[in-house]
Amino acid sequence: MANVFIFPTTSLILSDLVARFGHTPLSAAMQIREIVQTPGLESPPLQITPEDPKKGLRWAAVEVPAGVRGRMSLYGPLLDRAEAAIIVNNADFSFGCMGCARTNELLMFLIRKKGIPVLDLEYPANEEEGVEFVAAIKRFLDSLPGGRA
Amino acid sequence: MTRVRIAQLSCGPEYSGVQKEINDAAAAVDAEIFFPDLKLADIRQSFSEFGLDVRSPDLKLAIARAKALVEGRVEADAVFIATCFRCAEAAIVRNELRRFIHEKSRLPVVSYSFTERTTSGTLLTRMEALTTIARRRALLAREVQEGITMGVDSGSSTTKAVVMKDNRIIGTGWLPTTGVIESAENAVSEALSAAGISRDEIQAIGTTGYGRFLVGEHLKADLIQEELTVNSKGAVFLADSQHGPSTVIDIGGMDNKAISVQDGIPGTFTMGGICAGASGRFLEMTAKRLGVDITELGPLAMKGLSQKVPMNSYCIVFGTQSLVNALAAGSTPEDVAAAACHSVAEQVFEQQLQEVDIKEPVIMVGGTSLIQGLVRAMGDLLQTPITVPPYSQYIGAVGSALLASGFIRRE
Repeated sequence: MANVFIFPTTSLILSDLVARFGHTPLSAAMQIREIVQTPGLESPPLQITPEDPKKGLRWAAVEVPAGVRGRMSLYGPLLDRAEAAIIVNNADFSFGCMGCARTNELLMFLIRKKGIPVLDLEYPANEEEGVEFVAAIKRFLDSLPGGRA
Repeated sequence: MTRVRIAQLSCGPEYSGVQKEINDAAAAVDAEIFFPDLKLADIRQSFSEFGLDVRSPDLKLAIARAKALVEGRVEADAVFIATCFRCAEAAIVRNELRRFIHEKSRLPVVSYSFTERTTSGTLLTRMEALTTIARRRALLAREVQEGITMGVDSGSSTTKAVVMKDNRIIGTGWLPTTGVIESAENAVSEALSAAGISRDEIQAIGTTGYGRFLVGEHLKADLIQEELTVNSKGAVFLADSQHGPSTVIDIGGMDNKAISVQDGIPGTFTMGGICAGASGRFLEMTAKRLGVDITELGPLAMKGLSQKVPMNSYCIVFGTQSLVNALAAGSTPEDVAAAACHSVAEQVFEQQLQEVDIKEPVIMVGGTSLIQGLVRAMGDLLQTPITVPPYSQYIGAVGSALLASGFIRRE
């Protein structure tokens, strides 16, 4: 079983596919749940405090906007644990949406720099592409350590 | 009092840990922040129609929300635009949305670029101004001062008091701010003495400035109001420009204000955001270093050429260093004074005036408007004549006295 980073990290469909094919999805929902369930923090809506952008300094320098560093404090720890990644490019908003393009660029770079297996996909435009999209994800997940292949 | 609903258009505050600060600042002035709800299809259509093809989805959402507000699909009393400091993409969107909302609606709007260090205290005056415009449009429409009223402006550097009677200023007081209440008391006594009337004859009092709450409580003021709306009213009243557009620039001791005004009511405004090298405090330090009184700095600067001395630091420490270096290299006090004025004007121009739409007449107010060299430098940069109305240094006190007359009880 492998830890699979997904992009967009907010995608419930991707998260479900990874879990369904026997691996652990690394998604925003998990990170946010952990922060929300940690007692003592009270900055709604994501329970992020001004301390979090400082934690983000591990992945982005101080001149990088606070919003990018705050986001990296959420996604950075996921990247650290990632053993593989699935990236869906140009996804529809309803599939999963990451609000900041600069954070997304940094995430893409860090994933590739890590040297882990990466599946790069375009978001499907029709049913036929949709079927191939799911099949490609299945093949990739099966090929990972602990996969079904 | 009804709660003012402020629509937030933003990218990043929740991830920067400052959303709570924004909410707290709004709550402190009995307002609430809300995020306009939209359908997914509307979002796609709206940003595509707006024509600004940004990459960040949160900015696309902000654009769609702005369109919904302007088109009346979502109701709000005011708009707060917030994006990350140092994000170029967001800065473009922030400016264009502010301009779009200002031009296409009557909603007051303020924009702000935050860091994780932004606090509710920093945002309070801006939120207060937004709610005042939304809540007190009728009061802000007042153009004539009636009865006998007093205005007190408790600023970071100086405290000013003005007594007005039947639309005329009849007494003024101006003192450096030391103890907030003591300075206010002394300025009030000075103004009353100059006006030749007793305190009992004052029918209504208004306070503004940093010490407005403390002084307002002490004087039992009828009106306690932030300086953005009050200064706008004072400026257009004194410049006899109560109708149509105008731009008010106030370079203060601690922060600067640039306000785009329509019919005496602020539409968009910026406040502070830059360092002390671009404030009145830097000009005070320059005067001190040149060994002249602050009142002599303006005439001195008028005789100098700013181009002869390199000076353009945002930081008061480095600015002073440039000043000392220039004097040591043989520059004349006149050229140094002119360079200091140009430096302050240039930084306000570059950092703040880009955030408001400059419309004539441009009115400079506050104590620094008496420094002719600074006014000339600003006029050169804006390529437009600058109006400095009489009593411009008393602007907040005049605005307060004018608006306070709306509180006189009719027998």
